[in-house]
Amino acid sequence: MATETLVEGVAQGGAAVSSCLGLNGSAIGMPQLCADWMPNQIFWLLVALIAIYFFLSRIGLPRIGAVLAERQGTITNDIAAAEEMKLQAVAAEQAYVEALAQARADANKIVAEAKAGIQKDLDAALAKADVEISAKSAQSEARIGEIRAGAMDAVTEVAKDTAKELVAALGGSPDARAVNAAVSARLKG
Amino acid sequence: MAEETGLVFHPMDQFIVKPLFGDGPVMWYTPTNATLWMLLAVACVVALFVLGTRGRAVIPTRLQSVAEVFYGFIYKMVEDVTGHDGVKYFPWIMTLFLFIFFSNMLALIPMSFSPTSQIAVTAVLGFGVFFAVTIIGFVKNGTHFLGLFWMKDAPMFLRPIIAVIEVISYFVRPVSHSIRLAGNITAGHAVIKVFAAFAGVALIAPASILAITAIYALEVLVAVIQAYVFTILTCVYLKDALHPGH
Repeated sequence: MATETLVEGVAQGGAAVSSCLGLNGSAIGMPQLCADWMPNQIFWLLVALIAIYFFLSRIGLPRIGAVLAERQGTITNDIAAAEEMKLQAVAAEQAYVEALAQARADANKIVAEAKAGIQKDLDAALAKADVEISAKSAQSEARIGEIRAGAMDAVTEVAKDTAKELVAALGGSPDARAVNAAVSARLKG
Repeated sequence: MAEETGLVFHPMDQFIVKPLFGDGPVMWYTPTNATLWMLLAVACVVALFVLGTRGRAVIPTRLQSVAEVFYGFIYKMVEDVTGHDGVKYFPWIMTLFLFIFFSNMLALIPMSFSPTSQIAVTAVLGFGVFFAVTIIGFVKNGTHFLGLFWMKDAPMFLRPIIAVIEVISYFVRPVSHSIRLAGNITAGHAVIKVFAAFAGVALIAPASILAITAIYALEVLVAVIQAYVFTILTCVYLKDALHPGH
């Protein structure tokens, strides 16, 4: 039927530029089946495919591939770096805990040392104070002894004088030496 | 029908190949509307990958993400379907996919020309894949490639029958491969054109325009799906060539 129309079209004026076009310029049958146009399409299809292939294999795909590889590398590196940082953080935390424990121990030691030092100073001060106190009390005792001896002498003196006066008052003539001896003997008695 | 309603239907005229300059005959080298739209597809591929990867950014821009999605999608498809030894054919498969994808998409622009609706174009693609895959199969596996047709799992008496069916289905592959693409694109565009002709009648124009909108949405889907189907079938055929032992 297409051939009929074609023959008709050509016969009517021969104006159609292709055997697949009617006189009015519309297609006869399916344009896809027109053999006149196939070599043209096949040629330009091959041109287009080869152009795309060379572009892709030389420029397009290597670029995207490189970008994707770079991204993969960046992600891998970042994950590794994060892992490392995590380890560092854990190590830092451990170091901190250790330092804290160390500091606590040091503080306890310092407190103990200070306590010991203070105790020593206190003991020394107490000992010194004891020595001073005993020295002072010995001194005082000596003084008291002196005072007591002084008092005894004074009492002896007074007794002797009193005895002499008594002897004289009673009308005797006191022998001073005998009175003294008698008083001394009495005082000792 | 055209005379009855006064409507003029030329749904197939959009597939006519015309010279870009002048009215001369279409020789094999003549720059035609087919040339224009194929080269526009090439330009889109170049633009996507050159502009998209201009920054080579680790954190991609929008366009770079699109290029990366195309790359990743097809690369994964090739790797998953054909295995590691199929990866070296990745640029070829990417070429096919991008050409079909952008041709299909550009063809959805009103007044455009759709190269993938042309059986000449899809047949070159389909038979190209067929011959390439067959040659790769024989080069890689020698006569062992024929094991593709000889089911070792089947009972002995069934094997020759299955072999005949397998051989027929193998040779039908390029035909179905190319007609599927051209048929889908042609049908969709022709249907849109038919509805567009109805839009000339005021009474049914709203329904017609709604229908065009719906079919256009469907055609966007078809454009992507057909590019995907063509590509994944190419991968499957390539897998058969690389590993004929099933």
